[in-house]
Amino acid sequence: MPQEHKLLLKYADAPDYSKDLDCYERHGGYQALRQALGMKASTGADGNEVTAQAQLRKSVLDSGLRGRGGAGFSCGLKWSFVRHPNPKPVYLICNADESEPGTFKDKQVIYKDPHQLIEGMIIACWANHVNLAYIYIRGEFTEGAKILNTALAEARAKGYLGKDILGSGHDLEIHIHRGAGAYICGEETGLIESLEGKRAYPRIKPPYFPAALGLYMCPTIVNNVETLCNVKHIVEMGAEAFAKLGTPNNTGTRLVSLSGDVKQPGYFEIETGKVTLGELINDPNFGGGLRNGNQLQAIIPGGSSSKVLRAGETFKVGEEEMDLLDVPYDFDTLMKIGTMSGSGAIIVIDDSRDIIECLANLAEFYAHESCGQCTPCREGSLWMNKALHRLTHGEGRAEDPEYLKHIAHNIQGRTICAFGEACAWPVLSFVDKFKDKFEEKVSA
Amino acid sequence: MSEETKTDEPPAIETTTVKVDGREIDVPKLTADWQGNLVPTTVLQACEHAGIEIPHYCYHPKLPVAGNCRMCLVHVGMPGRPGPDGKSPMNEDGTLKIDPMVLPYERSTPKGVIGCATNLVPGMEIYASSPETKEMREAVLESLLINHPLDCTICDQAGECKLQEYSVEHGQAESQFAEHKVHKPKAVDLGPRIMLDAERCVLCTRCIRFSKDIAEDDALGIVNRGSYNTIATFLDTPFDNNYTLNTVDICPVGALTSKDFRFQMRVWFLKETNSLCTGCGTGCNTVIGSRENTMYRYEPRENDAVNGPWMCDSGRLNYKWIGSEDRLSEIKGASGWATAITKISSKLEKAPSGSVAIIGGARQTNEELYLLKKLANKLEAITDSSPRMGEGDHLLSCPDKNPNSTGSRLIGIAGEELGSQLKHIASGIEAGTIKTLIVFGDDVTKTGISEALLDKLDLLVVSDILPNATTAKAHYLLPGCAHAEKRGTFTNTKGRVQKFMKALEAPGDARPEWEFLHELVENTTGQNGFSTIEGLFNQMAGEVEAFKVKELTWAKLGDTGVTIEL
Repeated sequence: MPQEHKLLLKYADAPDYSKDLDCYERHGGYQALRQALGMKASTGADGNEVTAQAQLRKSVLDSGLRGRGGAGFSCGLKWSFVRHPNPKPVYLICNADESEPGTFKDKQVIYKDPHQLIEGMIIACWANHVNLAYIYIRGEFTEGAKILNTALAEARAKGYLGKDILGSGHDLEIHIHRGAGAYICGEETGLIESLEGKRAYPRIKPPYFPAALGLYMCPTIVNNVETLCNVKHIVEMGAEAFAKLGTPNNTGTRLVSLSGDVKQPGYFEIETGKVTLGELINDPNFGGGLRNGNQLQAIIPGGSSSKVLRAGETFKVGEEEMDLLDVPYDFDTLMKIGTMSGSGAIIVIDDSRDIIECLANLAEFYAHESCGQCTPCREGSLWMNKALHRLTHGEGRAEDPEYLKHIAHNIQGRTICAFGEACAWPVLSFVDKFKDKFEEKVSA
Repeated sequence: MSEETKTDEPPAIETTTVKVDGREIDVPKLTADWQGNLVPTTVLQACEHAGIEIPHYCYHPKLPVAGNCRMCLVHVGMPGRPGPDGKSPMNEDGTLKIDPMVLPYERSTPKGVIGCATNLVPGMEIYASSPETKEMREAVLESLLINHPLDCTICDQAGECKLQEYSVEHGQAESQFAEHKVHKPKAVDLGPRIMLDAERCVLCTRCIRFSKDIAEDDALGIVNRGSYNTIATFLDTPFDNNYTLNTVDICPVGALTSKDFRFQMRVWFLKETNSLCTGCGTGCNTVIGSRENTMYRYEPRENDAVNGPWMCDSGRLNYKWIGSEDRLSEIKGASGWATAITKISSKLEKAPSGSVAIIGGARQTNEELYLLKKLANKLEAITDSSPRMGEGDHLLSCPDKNPNSTGSRLIGIAGEELGSQLKHIASGIEAGTIKTLIVFGDDVTKTGISEALLDKLDLLVVSDILPNATTAKAHYLLPGCAHAEKRGTFTNTKGRVQKFMKALEAPGDARPEWEFLHELVENTTGQNGFSTIEGLFNQMAGEVEAFKVKELTWAKLGDTGVTIEL
């Protein structure tokens, strides 16, 4: 029977666990930080000195840790883009702007185990020579911001933050910055602009890659909450042991947010790729099946912007023929079947739902959240929303599926940031996979 | 500066080869950015070198790159990622393998790059005119037009609108759009000189970047989100700096219009004449837009040695006086030009040496001041120009409000300090040693020579454009021309000698001053000078030392002038 594997959420929901520093320390908290700060420089194969920090960065690379914010990019590789020593200050930003519809995983850590995040951040900052870091937190997480501020004060009082952390000679300050309720602030360069006090217009890349020209035009690392928590565990377990969790190239655990038409919606922590979509939806340890005897219609597997999967679909993965429900929940297999695990948010849609209404709802979200900076997304996101609402209001036309695809096609890949894909992919995939439903809608 | 100007050979420009539409061309590796710093050449600039215009809205060579309009999306081919050996993939024939870019997640779909922000990469191929590129442009243009009001019939920008131009070149005749358009604020009073139609706006942010980075007035921004985005000022703060009208020039569409010009004239009826702004010593290059002898607007004319593509609002709006009802248009003191010149000439011939003073306003041209100087030499007259000082700023406005103080100094009408002779002229009149005063383009009552002093003169010859206290006292009043009504040159405060052309006919009797001055000089000195502006300029350039060094000629000035050493 598939099981959860609790690494990040090992203690969070335990009845005797609280979010204060004492409790965290009683559970082994800040030992990983001590361990990291105690690392010694070594000599590399070429005879040159390898600093302790470089060793830790290598360790994160070797662990196979992939970003948990949505793109699944190698964390170690992302870190490696920052040059050391750097003539400019290096910043680290924790992206806690969790706003992808369907996602509620980072919130669990922030609200229940804030020190885990802070410890992960301090280690990451030490490893990347960062003396000033920020947590950019979703505006709606008012309580979360308070919790983090309290935790930061506790950590500061104990010498985990501030000058000369635990006698290591490393200085670090972390500040909380609350967003004001815009989805686009989760895009890392939009976030940086917002943190600088400007309108969160994502930056053009090139030239503004955060690793070179990030916050205040200085090298900047932006990592998701879950990603940074994992750094602590990599130090604790060692890269090799961490890499044994999950499946090759899909290492560690993932926090999965399961929502929609299941009996037991909620968050679960699994070894990446060790549990299938079907198990996540139907197993009593996870979703527990659909409600009211309804049948599965569709799965949005990785947050609202991932491409939809239709019940009954089969895929060819490598040589293997695979049913939708047998798809292991990881990064690579979901990419191979044409979608993504994104932020780890699975939205289950049963056959009682009007699928066009579902898409219209998503389109409305994206039309509302488009920052409007670049033309294709600004105009296209609202255009799709209007067309879809025309459809749901009985004014559909036979040509609308193609019309919608035309609009979406002209957005994806042509915008400044990935919001273009985020708003185009639902439309492209829903239209492709539910053409019959569109036809029904038009003739109705 | 002198070191640079003395170097005959420019430093060798390093070039790189790039393929544009299958044609290999050499382009400079580096190109100046908006601040003049040399940075890697972009795809858009490389195509320019190849003679192919990549359409764009947000990109402006004198503004920071924004990359938001996506109009300059171009399909390109790139060398593959280097393998473990550090070498890029090769073709069988040993050449670099170039792959047309595709979407990483959908390899059957071509991917474009924005030409304005994509640097050239060795081996890169630019498919500037390919069907893939064309399709991307059409899509962007369609998106820009779906919510646009398409009100070209009443839009001031019609005829010089990039939406119109690109629609013709890159657009489709039909749109698939079947929804209701977004409606946004219209006729928004953004400031004392600017009107905004938010529905026409393509949100390219040129106006925002200009205000923030060039005018250094971070006054404009965007409010709302997505398709409802709208250019706005902070709350009700008016958009009011001395450069606001430049946003109208750089607005690629009809969103920002000039209150002064809106609904006045269809632009295609305007005759365009190269001219100069006379508002201060900067000498911003301008284009006069006129029709049927009426001037409708000034626009800045790009000249990187002077004003770049900009000009200030006060200079731009400083033209209404040209067509003013008050204009001096009748000769006073004689019944016609021939009589007037003859009478004045004979009086001047009789004037004892040293009894004449000449005030040549520094709003007169180099040629006119040169002729006045010739007259002064003959009459051994004391000369000067009145200073007109005001406030300058960080960008273009110069504290010297005369357009030609430098010319006056170089030609020798004024000394190093303008106006230093005025008190001597005043005391000369007071003492009765100066009996004749010739004033061109200057109200001397404002600079220390009172009306009572003017009453003491035996002869007061005045030429001007508009009436003032000095013209009122003139025994002979010779109506002159606004710069827009004649040709000539000014020398700006930095030594740029620039010419302006004639756009309008002068009212009534008014004539270009250099024309009748030429006659006066001929009568008085007996020397026949040139009767064309070209000849006159070349003659002056051969005699005035500063001009002579540069071997200036009228033709050599070109459209943008020549800088001389001061």
